[in-house]
Amino acid sequence: MTRTVFTALLSHWRRNPLQLFTLLAGLALATALWSGVQAINAEARASYGAAAATLGEGQFNQLVSDTGGPIPQSTYIALRRAGWQVSPVLEGRINGQRLVGLDPLTAPGGLGPVTLGEGAELDAFLGGAGQVFGTPATLEALSGIEAELILSPDVAPATALTDIGVAQRLLQREGEVDRLIVAQIQPVGRPALDDIAPGLSRQVAQGGSDIGRLTDSFHLNLTAFGLLSFAVGIFIVNGAIGLAFEQRRPVIRTLRALGVPLRRLMVLIAAELLVLSLVAGTIGVALGYVIAALLLPDVAATLRGLYGADVAGTLQLRASWWVTGMCVAVGGTLLAASGAFLALARMPLLAAGQARAMAVAAGQTARVQAGVACALLLLSLILGFTADGLVGGFVFLGAMLVGASLALPLILDHVLRFGQRLSKRATSQWFWADTRQQLPGLSLALMALLLAMAANVGVSTMVSSFRLTFVAFLDQRLSAELYVSTEDAAQTATFLNYAEGKVNAILPIRSVEIAVRDLPTELFAGRDHSTYRDNWVMLDASAAPWDDVHSGESIMINEQLSRRADLNIGDVVQVQARAYSVSGIYGDYGNPIGQALIAEGEFDALFPNVDTTRFGLRLPQNEVSDFVAAMERDINLPASATINQANIKAFSLSIFDRTFTVTGALNVLTLAVAGFAILMSLLTLATMRVPQLAPVWAVGMTRQRIGRLELARAVLLAALTSLLALPLGLMLAWALLAIVNVAAFGWKLPMFLFAFEYLKLFGFGLLAALLAALWPSYRLARTPPSDLLKVFANER
Amino acid sequence: MNAKVLLFLLLPTSLFAQGFAGLGLTADGFSTPAPNYDFTFPEDHGPHPDYRIEWWYLTANMTSTDGTEYGLQWTLFRTALAPEAGEGWSAPQLWLGHAAVTTTDDHFTSERFARGGIGQAGVTADPFEAWIDDWTLSGDWSDLRMTASGAEFAYDITMTAEGPLIFHGQDGYSVKSAEGQASYYYSQPFLSLDGTLTLPEGDVAVAGQAWIDREWSSQPLSDNQTGWDWFSLSFDTGDKLMGFRLRQTEGSYYTSATWISADGTTESFADGAFDAQPLNKYQSPGAQVPTQWRVTLPERDVDITVEAINPNAWMPLSVPYWEGPIRIEGSHQGRGYLEMTGYE
Repeated sequence: MTRTVFTALLSHWRRNPLQLFTLLAGLALATALWSGVQAINAEARASYGAAAATLGEGQFNQLVSDTGGPIPQSTYIALRRAGWQVSPVLEGRINGQRLVGLDPLTAPGGLGPVTLGEGAELDAFLGGAGQVFGTPATLEALSGIEAELILSPDVAPATALTDIGVAQRLLQREGEVDRLIVAQIQPVGRPALDDIAPGLSRQVAQGGSDIGRLTDSFHLNLTAFGLLSFAVGIFIVNGAIGLAFEQRRPVIRTLRALGVPLRRLMVLIAAELLVLSLVAGTIGVALGYVIAALLLPDVAATLRGLYGADVAGTLQLRASWWVTGMCVAVGGTLLAASGAFLALARMPLLAAGQARAMAVAAGQTARVQAGVACALLLLSLILGFTADGLVGGFVFLGAMLVGASLALPLILDHVLRFGQRLSKRATSQWFWADTRQQLPGLSLALMALLLAMAANVGVSTMVSSFRLTFVAFLDQRLSAELYVSTEDAAQTATFLNYAEGKVNAILPIRSVEIAVRDLPTELFAGRDHSTYRDNWVMLDASAAPWDDVHSGESIMINEQLSRRADLNIGDVVQVQARAYSVSGIYGDYGNPIGQALIAEGEFDALFPNVDTTRFGLRLPQNEVSDFVAAMERDINLPASATINQANIKAFSLSIFDRTFTVTGALNVLTLAVAGFAILMSLLTLATMRVPQLAPVWAVGMTRQRIGRLELARAVLLAALTSLLALPLGLMLAWALLAIVNVAAFGWKLPMFLFAFEYLKLFGFGLLAALLAALWPSYRLARTPPSDLLKVFANER
Repeated sequence: MNAKVLLFLLLPTSLFAQGFAGLGLTADGFSTPAPNYDFTFPEDHGPHPDYRIEWWYLTANMTSTDGTEYGLQWTLFRTALAPEAGEGWSAPQLWLGHAAVTTTDDHFTSERFARGGIGQAGVTADPFEAWIDDWTLSGDWSDLRMTASGAEFAYDITMTAEGPLIFHGQDGYSVKSAEGQASYYYSQPFLSLDGTLTLPEGDVAVAGQAWIDREWSSQPLSDNQTGWDWFSLSFDTGDKLMGFRLRQTEGSYYTSATWISADGTTESFADGAFDAQPLNKYQSPGAQVPTQWRVTLPERDVDITVEAINPNAWMPLSVPYWEGPIRIEGSHQGRGYLEMTGYE
């Protein structure tokens, strides 16, 4: 019997291939977007993890030189001989790759590519010409160096790992190390650090990977997109399953009348859905892989440019990701089908045959929905004033989006009722009333459209505001026309000698990493020059911030440091033995860490060992290329050692355009999914609307007119929804800029409005609805008159 | 006490990868021990980089003023990737230090690693100093000083020699298997000591006896030998006994022993004369190990039972083993040290 019943149930899909397609496509799309985003996140996180694990960043305290220079190897030995369990690290760049030298014998457990547990490998790592571990791209860039190149996908991108002895040789830095990793377990009774190595200070581990923390917000954004898409996809599946159940009522009635127990029927339907969801899940996960593979290079470029985080541009298949993808598909199906199941379970045996339109929301349901919506919107209102931090920001966003979605059908209903009251003619009155009657069936699809449109508005506002601010900021900050890097003191002297008098100004750029209130901070030396005075925009400042700095008494800090360390104008910042009061707080967009600036003379006194190898040059823009060529010719300073201001700006902007690519692609995808949801809802409704349309047809309205009105109805609802999405989207943008950004990056961005952009989006929303409604309207317009007549003949 | 040899023979190279079965590897390019070696001092207290492995191995039995028993270990191993001293990071000499303090209730251990050639660890013969990080063993072998520290313990000990150096086997050429694997092996078992142990409960003044083993080789184990049980015994009569048993894959074992009279005269015993049979086994955190033995050497009327002062003297280090102080009962009384490897 089971087999027969199953065949009977399956025959429905054979007769309605479009419905089967909808179900599978909706589920596959939802799964694809969700798992695609998850794949991108997983890949990026794996990259940060690899970087943190191989380099011990974030896990261990470190010792660094107070003066910013290298640490003599003899200091390392002296610390070891005093009992300090430290391990040396040397870093440098070769062919644009970061080369990191470690000592596998003293490195805390698990650091580095080779550990003590790998006997023969350790021999090779320590002996012979040395081994360098890296990803294929890194090794390709390093081909030609004197060491054996070993492929290792676990190493962070653009990073190569080797023995410290090999690193000293390759970087020509014999007898030097850059920092010392402090093991977590230290022996008893060892002397104080200052007694052994007075020039070193301890940097406290930040706990977890810094990059991971910085990029959390970016990934949260992606995750939010993924969830949104999934929610929209579930709307589609819900629609498709609802339709299938609706149409199968007669079959179910017949089967039950023939004696099939309800329980068995439900088990079989559940099994059928399980199979379908597994098929759709497989397709979805595969599609998700394609989406992730297509987007990942752009995401990688964004992360690298924005946060300095290296992420591999290629995707690896991860089992966990397949499994969660499938779980999401099956779970989503169950979620979407739960309503239909409940209805089936409660259905009286003989009532099953009666066709009826989709349940019209009863008054009580509407009131509950309104209550929940109000509560959520109220919550988001409170959070809007009080929330700070990432979690608060996202709770605010969630409450607002869900609240607004739930409120949507009610708002639309009121608007439509208003329209109905305004209209006088019978046709238009019927149009409004009939639209209201359809609303419950369409509301899920319209909510999907609302979310998609709001996300579009919000994210594009955020990205565009960010871009505008950043471009202005680049103009202020990159005021020197040409930037030059030298390799050593001799080249620096040659360069200074040559450039002196040929350009308007030479501005040395010197910095050192310090800790301000335990936060990693880049401290710069500032020369007293109009370039700085004229261009830097202060968010908050004393009366004469630059004079204060150059008097040697004050320090300027960026907004990130001000927020994170809670430093305001007049507060005191300790740098080694010197205390400076904060005289200015400047905007520093796009920089993940704290930054500060003191007068050049102060910097020299505190950090005498920091070499000056970077310079900003002021000269007329049209002389830049000639000057670069002349330097190459006269003092053999290669063009690769110079960076044209225009190039930096172009590079920085290209990063933003990459960001646009990713968010733009996700925007289009969510909008497409929302359009699909509308299409499916309309198709679902169409078959059930025949009884409602038949009387209108009978009193003389042509089928073509009915079809046109159907189309107009869809566009009207989409237009109203899109209008409501605009304020919602702007709220979303505000939350992203003023709450999430501050929490994630430490800076607040001004919000700009882009009216034309919104108009365009509005157009897209209408277009999506129009396209979705075309086919159902066409079908309605071509309903055979016999079908319409049957309504009256009670023979449907 | 050289079976330790075996332990760290090829450390840290193939031992980690292959376990104790890898100890029988051949010694490409390295020197191998030969009979009739002419020891010269102080040079031979220093390193022999042309041999693959070498160690300076000190164990001590001590009591505090209230009679509580303690044991300690200080060990420096050298292992070579190539038979040359070398300089800087590329020197092919690696160093490994193990230190431990055993009380009746606790067993504290620590381990250090270092590259040769950069000054972090090494041994000089004249003046004699062996060191890794802050751990040192130094002096002229009449008077010695020793320090070490770990996360939970430290010690600072001075020692005075009260007898001569002892040469095991055939004048310091110690055979380890029927196939003829051997090492150079001498000891200083006549050290009296004074010093301070720093333990979690505070400093403890201790006095007692120490025993240094010096051994170097390039291939001391036969490839069918999987581990060993090593005894260094100091009897209340002033006589001492060093004996070991190398376990072989087929279940048999190879033994060797040196009887050291109180006046420093020695007698070596070939395979079979010395015997040790496990009595009670103890489940340590790492493996089940016999911490009570019956030890016999009929030629010297030795029939004794030895038992660990603290059966939980497992060394949970990169190469795990058991090493701890023991009490001696039976035909002779006294104290000593026991090492057991290859129980995994």
